[in-house]
Amino acid sequence: MVSLSGSPGPSGETATLRKVPRRPYAQWILASALVAITVQFAATILRNPNIDFSVIGRYLFAPEVIDGLRNTLVLTAAAMLVAMVLGVAIAALRTSHNAVYRSLSRIYVWIFRSVPALLMLVIWFNLALVFENLTLGIPGTSLVIGEWQTNDVLTPFIASLLALGLAESAFYSEIVRGGLLGVDSGQREAAKALGMNPFQTFRLVIFPQALRMIVPPTGNEIIGMLKYTSLASIIGFTDLMGTAQQIYSTNLLTIELLLTVCVWYIVCTSVLGLGQYFVERRYGRGYGSSDPRPYWRVLAPAFRFRSNTR
Amino acid sequence: MSAPLFQPEAIVHVEKVRKRFGHLEVLKGVDLSVKKSEVVCLIGPSGSGKSTLLRCINNLERPDSGTLMVAGHYVGFERRSGDSLRECSARVAARQRSQIGMVFQRFNLFPHMTAVQNVEVALRHVRRLSKAEALDIAMSQLSRVGLASKASTYPSHLSGGQQQRVAIARALAMDPMVVLFDEPTSALDPELVKEVLDVMRDLALTGMTMIVVTHEMAFARDVGDRVLFMDGGVILEEGTAEEVLDRPRNSRTRAFLAHVQ
Repeated sequence: MVSLSGSPGPSGETATLRKVPRRPYAQWILASALVAITVQFAATILRNPNIDFSVIGRYLFAPEVIDGLRNTLVLTAAAMLVAMVLGVAIAALRTSHNAVYRSLSRIYVWIFRSVPALLMLVIWFNLALVFENLTLGIPGTSLVIGEWQTNDVLTPFIASLLALGLAESAFYSEIVRGGLLGVDSGQREAAKALGMNPFQTFRLVIFPQALRMIVPPTGNEIIGMLKYTSLASIIGFTDLMGTAQQIYSTNLLTIELLLTVCVWYIVCTSVLGLGQYFVERRYGRGYGSSDPRPYWRVLAPAFRFRSNTR
Repeated sequence: MSAPLFQPEAIVHVEKVRKRFGHLEVLKGVDLSVKKSEVVCLIGPSGSGKSTLLRCINNLERPDSGTLMVAGHYVGFERRSGDSLRECSARVAARQRSQIGMVFQRFNLFPHMTAVQNVEVALRHVRRLSKAEALDIAMSQLSRVGLASKASTYPSHLSGGQQQRVAIARALAMDPMVVLFDEPTSALDPELVKEVLDVMRDLALTGMTMIVVTHEMAFARDVGDRVLFMDGGVILEEGTAEEVLDRPRNSRTRAFLAHVQ
């Protein structure tokens, strides 16, 4: 038996005992070391006499760089649009009952997921080597609606759009398919029972619910695409990266210009990340509790330091 | 025990329907005729084919053989010139289904829509009513099930009983010829069962034709015009609630009732 006389109680001495918080010394030491290393690293870059930081300020809003930024954003948006439209279509075929649709979409995903985007970029750009002209007509007849020189059609922009859009569509269709499979089968039945046709069922019931699972990875894919567009510079597209290359090839301020476009890439991905948060909120409707102060969640981390000192 | 071959007044007419899933024959030749305003309760052990029969009537499952007619239409088929029945397009099948209401065990409300949007959506897109008309009907159906105040609530914020009542309103909004209930209270907490059964009881009083798969024997007794006992893919016994529930003739009916009552 345990004696009760020694057990701590609310009376007497125990009520006055001071509570001492845990002191994680090891964490403090490691954290200090990490800060020191980071500061040291930043200092070596900032104090490097070979980098002229005033160049960044000078070129950040230079007309060529802004043009490059615009081209990067346009290509990102256009390629993602191609990827998303094709991706949804491929995913819809992939989940259909028709075996031919399923097989063809599977082959499409297999091919376009296997070929590196850079390689596809170069293939599209050099398509004129094998197809001199592109002809639009009705097969089996001599009726020709239009004919163009391949090189006129496949400009660096169009070649980049096709290569990056198609490559991404294969990955994107897998994201969409995952979302579609995540929707409860009872939803499809309820929609059918109400008399919706297959297209209405998809558009009104299945797809909006799948979106909730599709949107978060889409944000990542857009950010990825923003950076992938820099590949287009190798076929002469003047995106941010291509612009930087053009400028430093004449003035030899290589690192400075690369850092300049770095700043733009960071700005763009940050804005996209913030946008993703709001879109996710929009498609999270009807699930769990709604946040009464949505903006606060975004801004709160900035104020965390103050609230912690309390 | 066989239903007459032709019953013009029948809203639902099922004849020799068979359905097999792989090696398992779930329906082994079912005959059933349901007249207008009749409430038919289907009882029986799980796996007896009750739900599959309902799903066949609604064309959610296609029977392997046999004939189903709802409101004078062959379910899933179109009568063409001559004696042929041609399997109908998805669009026609959808139109047929829109005349048959269905209430599911797990409610299957659309979680991304509010209660009123759940009721409205088919009115807008299947019946192609204007926004105002659809809203009008949706609100009156929600009032009917006592949930007008929850119109702009998402299903995740409703109790199971409330969700099922919205699901009933959603089915009724389409002005169906018949409503099929697939164990509508089986997924509910015991204290929520009554509110759903009350709505169904009121609905029966308005003269709605209903086929109800249920384990609620009290409901079958009070509301059912006819009770059918299904087991092993066939209807073993049918009659009034008193006949089937109080004086069952078949030994399997007696064994089943002894278990559930």
